[in-house]
Amino acid sequence: MNSDIIRFTVEDRNGEQQTVEVPDEISLSLMEVLKASGYNILATCGGMALCATCHVQVLEGLDALEPAGDEEMDMLDTLHDAGFDSRLACQIRIHENLNGSVFRIRGDEQ
Amino acid sequence: MIQTDICIIGAGPVGLFAVFEAGLLKMRCHLVDTLPQIGGQLSEIYPHKPIYDIPGYPDIKAQELVDRLMEQIAPFHPGFTLGERVETLDKQEDGSIIVGTSDGTKIHCQVVVIAGGLGCFEPRKPEIEGLLSFEGKGVEYMVKNPEHFRDKKVILAGGGDSALDWTIFLTNVAERVTLIHRGDTFRGAPDSAEKVFELAQEGKIDLILQSNLLSVAGNGRLESVSVVGRDKVTKTLETDYLIPLFGLSPKLGPIADWGLNIEKSAIHVDTFDYSTNVERIYAIGDINTYPGKLKLILCGFHEAALMVQSAFKYVYPDQKLSFKYTTVYGVNEF
Repeated sequence: MNSDIIRFTVEDRNGEQQTVEVPDEISLSLMEVLKASGYNILATCGGMALCATCHVQVLEGLDALEPAGDEEMDMLDTLHDAGFDSRLACQIRIHENLNGSVFRIRGDEQ
Repeated sequence: MIQTDICIIGAGPVGLFAVFEAGLLKMRCHLVDTLPQIGGQLSEIYPHKPIYDIPGYPDIKAQELVDRLMEQIAPFHPGFTLGERVETLDKQEDGSIIVGTSDGTKIHCQVVVIAGGLGCFEPRKPEIEGLLSFEGKGVEYMVKNPEHFRDKKVILAGGGDSALDWTIFLTNVAERVTLIHRGDTFRGAPDSAEKVFELAQEGKIDLILQSNLLSVAGNGRLESVSVVGRDKVTKTLETDYLIPLFGLSPKLGPIADWGLNIEKSAIHVDTFDYSTNVERIYAIGDINTYPGKLKLILCGFHEAALMVQSAFKYVYPDQKLSFKYTTVYGVNEF
């Protein structure tokens, strides 16, 4: 089976942007892909939406994402610097709807 | 001064199980943790989540695993110092170590085991102008003793459960309570959110929504807090205290200053015995790293079992260690 490539842009804490490419059949969250791509993300709770250390700002493509669930919204509420475009990377599944999105890393560093 | 054989830094699952393994070799343990309760991240972050990879338990809730571990180590009567952070490790002439905490507790031991997991959970501090200079002078990150705020003006910031709960509680203690929240709804426990809106409607508290902290000011002590709304309007509020409640985040803390070989917030160990580069200091569980490391509770348990075999020589330098099975010798309380 041929797999398609999903492409999105990630901006690190220094403002540097890079394109990240992942095959679409990969069953991972954005947090896991960011960690595997070498980005410095703490992800304390391992992906349970319980620590908010994988906080990202969605600069482009927010509306294309599945909306945040209750657990994620609860955690975002605990952050002082969360905006209306804030999400937890661990709750975003890698899916073709991420094509063309731009994510800025905001959470605590490792 | 507390006397023990092994001082374990961190009372999470791996630190607790190390007490059991040490106990089998007749070594006493004392545990220290910055959190006010035992269990580490299992109790602090996900007490009600099931864990599926503990051998023998198809699934077990995190808090239940902590409770079971406490039951398992009870025969060895470990000591606990909770709510204090280990700050210093002082080597003595005879090789033993004195562990010192943030509250001045001293623990004299032969071996130190760092089972610190992700590090110490510390309150998240909002990045606002002047905040750090007023810590302890009006800026607090937790409510240790509510009486501290009696008849004072208090501003709380945050939208989670702890912000809601303390707002409600302090309403009857403080002279005036103000809650600042960046959103316009609260997603914490619905009952608490409703209560906060009621208190605001009754005029018993001031609720400032869709606003963020901007800066703090004062002359030696905190006197005022400025907030900015989504409408870009800035307000300055007089206050005695500001309590930002934005959750906890793990930090390595003083562990970084003990001369250990550290990379990316993890301590390098020798997989022979999980010793660090400093004699008599071991590191087990999520805080260590080595080729092939997996951050799993069961790996931490394994590391604890191997570590005590090596630590034995510092506690009983004149004795030869012989490996014994619990099935043959049982668990002998001391």
